[in-house]
Amino acid sequence: MNNAIEIKDVSLAIEGRPILEDISFGVNEAEIACLLGASGCGKTTLLRCIAGFEKQYQGEVWIKGVRVSNATHYLPVEQRNIGMVFQDYALFPHMSVKDNIIFGLRKLNASLVKQRLDELVALLSLENHLNKYPHNLSGGQQQRVALARAMAPRPGVLLLDEPFASLDVELREQIARELRQILKKDGITTIMVTHNQLEAFAMADVIGVMNEGQLLQWDTAINLYHEPQTSVVAKFIGEGVFISGEVINAKEVQTEVGIIQSPVSHETELGETVRVLIRPDDILHDDDSHMTARVIDKAFRGAEFLYTLELDSGLQLLSLVPSHHDHPINEAIGIRVEIDHLVIFPEKKPRGR
Amino acid sequence: MLVTRAAQALSNASEFKTRSFNATKWNTLLVLVSLLFSIPLAVVFGSILFPEKEVWTHLSDTVLTDYIGNSLALLIGVGFFSLLLGVIPAWMVTMYRFPMSRQLEWALLLPMSIPAYIIAYSYTGALDVAGPFQTMIRALTGWHYRDYWFPEVRSLGGAIAMLSLVLYPYIYLLARAAFIEQSICVLEVSRTLGCNTVDAFRRVALPLARPAIMVGLSLVVMETLADYGTVQYFGVSAFTTGIFRTWFGLGNSMAAAQLSALLLVFVVFFLYLEKRSRRQARYHHTSSRYSRLMQQQLSKGQGTIALSVCAAPVVFGFIIPVGLLINWSLDTYSSVLGKDFYALLFNSLLLAFITSILALFIALFMAYSNRNSQSVINRMMVRFVSMGYAIPGTVIAVGVLIPFAWFDNTLDRILMDNFNINSGLLISGTVFTLIFAYLVRFLAVSINTSEAALGKIKPVMDEVAKTAGMVPANIVKRIHMPMMRGSLLTALLLVFVDVLKELPATLILRPFNFNTLAVRTYELANEELLADAAVPALAIVMAGIIPVILISNSISKSRPGNKSSQ
Repeated sequence: MNNAIEIKDVSLAIEGRPILEDISFGVNEAEIACLLGASGCGKTTLLRCIAGFEKQYQGEVWIKGVRVSNATHYLPVEQRNIGMVFQDYALFPHMSVKDNIIFGLRKLNASLVKQRLDELVALLSLENHLNKYPHNLSGGQQQRVALARAMAPRPGVLLLDEPFASLDVELREQIARELRQILKKDGITTIMVTHNQLEAFAMADVIGVMNEGQLLQWDTAINLYHEPQTSVVAKFIGEGVFISGEVINAKEVQTEVGIIQSPVSHETELGETVRVLIRPDDILHDDDSHMTARVIDKAFRGAEFLYTLELDSGLQLLSLVPSHHDHPINEAIGIRVEIDHLVIFPEKKPRGR
Repeated sequence: MLVTRAAQALSNASEFKTRSFNATKWNTLLVLVSLLFSIPLAVVFGSILFPEKEVWTHLSDTVLTDYIGNSLALLIGVGFFSLLLGVIPAWMVTMYRFPMSRQLEWALLLPMSIPAYIIAYSYTGALDVAGPFQTMIRALTGWHYRDYWFPEVRSLGGAIAMLSLVLYPYIYLLARAAFIEQSICVLEVSRTLGCNTVDAFRRVALPLARPAIMVGLSLVVMETLADYGTVQYFGVSAFTTGIFRTWFGLGNSMAAAQLSALLLVFVVFFLYLEKRSRRQARYHHTSSRYSRLMQQQLSKGQGTIALSVCAAPVVFGFIIPVGLLINWSLDTYSSVLGKDFYALLFNSLLLAFITSILALFIALFMAYSNRNSQSVINRMMVRFVSMGYAIPGTVIAVGVLIPFAWFDNTLDRILMDNFNINSGLLISGTVFTLIFAYLVRFLAVSINTSEAALGKIKPVMDEVAKTAGMVPANIVKRIHMPMMRGSLLTALLLVFVDVLKELPATLILRPFNFNTLAVRTYELANEELLADAAVPALAIVMAGIIPVILISNSISKSRPGNKSSQ
């Protein structure tokens, strides 16, 4: 229980409609966590529940060792020691950048305010904008002001709601990297919400994938990609297809593209039919291979092509191939399967789970 | 080939010529019309050039300090209480959910429908020594008159209370619109920065709404300066009563005009304040997103407090006075409703009807000229004419009467000298003068509405219609009119009701033996026949409710995020 943030069994409903079900996770001190999910999955509601804008009917929220809410008692937002950056930044339009930043510092004396302001201005490179008004700033500058304003009172946790949604797509990844550096330099515990996995990968130490009000997996980006624990996570993170296979032993599965081996054992029954996740990077293009597949679609991605391939049986696969291998549609190319992480799920039973 | 091209070019050139010629004629007409409606203002300001030293010495020795002092006290008092009555309920009904909060949203506008002089009459009738309230106190306690202290309604304080009760809706209206417009995120972010709800209101919501509230306050102040009926009835010497007295008491029209000019200096100052605040009224929100405005459900205790705070202005500003009027009307309607009353009603409705139709046509003319041209002069002219709404009826009456009387007298003298014909007073003292004064005062209402309506019709729609082969007349008939119909009806109704309520200009300018509902109400009240005044007063209030309904409909549609508005 040394986590900076601890969410225990939180369930929440709005107007009788369940939004969150039994959410639990913890975030360590100075860690950047990300809630990732499609829109409507409840991630923003969860963030607002931590902030205190929404009230859960079950479960507890702890911030820095203080229980800020349970099913019946809720500490008001302003007493929770949080900082929040809203999706559209919500800067105060009637205040200058400087006044926006020091808004939450009115209990400090002037010299401390000045000191904190200088720190933040240096950290976020806002030197030239202090006397401007929000509408004169670019999106990225607005974001930094909002961040400075949220960080100013040194909150126990920083909450970021879709911090890149208002920015130009081209800028997002660069700003995400900068933002991560800033947060790491300050050592502030952060929870961020996004629907974009690339942003999540660029920013977060640990990611929680949410779907329909449930937290499916709480893990690092690499694990989410290579070791998804549910097929929903597997589908949501990265690209790939499922193919059917039969378990030969704890480490091997027989599939249409050959026997796939896993370095670790899986808890499966012999002879069980399973679904195997094949990522585009698992299918390598190899002219010498005896196995061929027909190109039925291709997408140019700069360094690579993403080919959609079809086997004679009609099975479709995705393959990431360096872009100097430019094959026309309908051409048959040689492929080889090379899987480091075997991801299998039990075959979906027809109807019901 | 070349010949046809040349012919085409020629015809294009000639078309351009006729068009620019038409435009010039159109512009000239606009300038002439604008000048006509600027006469009263010009006369009032021009009067400063002919100082009436004796009268001014007299005025400054005796009553001028009273006029200024009382008017200032009224402004400060009414401004303060209107802010209190307007801003707090606006915040509560916007942010919180409590019993009746939905109904109060529009009910808080209702006092707007009562002219200040009418609420003054009804409270005087209820609270003066012989009124039911004090009679009840005496009956309950056994005290006699003078045994106890009771606040005097007919006083400066009373006037402040009456005016505040019917003028606060201006502030309520604008403050509420501003609160609704604020992005809820801005308030939430202040909570995450350590503000409780009260702090969030004080440090974020209120400063953001301040320009809008200032616009409302300027309107309240201008209405207060324009009030004649209340201060006259309560015997408070203010500017408007002073102008009356100088004209009819001292018989000095020039000094009355100069006093009006002094009053106008105040008005212009607040007009400037209003314009400036309007410019600021839209802070550039960086967020264009409006999350669902989440109204906080109040607990039972808090809800009761909120209900009482928000209901009080409605109860005292509408329910009680209207209840009193209804009560008196029930006693007197059988004797009041007769041929005389119907004549009054007919006069009032006819005046209101003619004025509103004329105002609409002139406004449409002006709006279209402004649409077709980029001329700065046109715009300035229209703005200048629109200033009329800020000018007290008393001042307009003075500004209308002086030049018209001069015209009549001059004409009469010329005819007398040359043809020995006695023309008498041709236009002054006729309904024409009265309607002209109404137009000067209320044109702004129809101009603003028409311009807004026409502004919504983008030029590209005309172009589309032209490509479909429509001629301009057809475009106006089949595109503009259907699109503007609602707004134009609103313009018509607003002017109609304003004319019905108008008192001081009517009082000064009406033809001999010509009465309206407003004037008759005033006369009966001044003869202490308050119960008899109730029926015409009630008729005015009923008419006054119409614009309130129109306004409250248009706000509920304009709420950001409201789906029906998109």
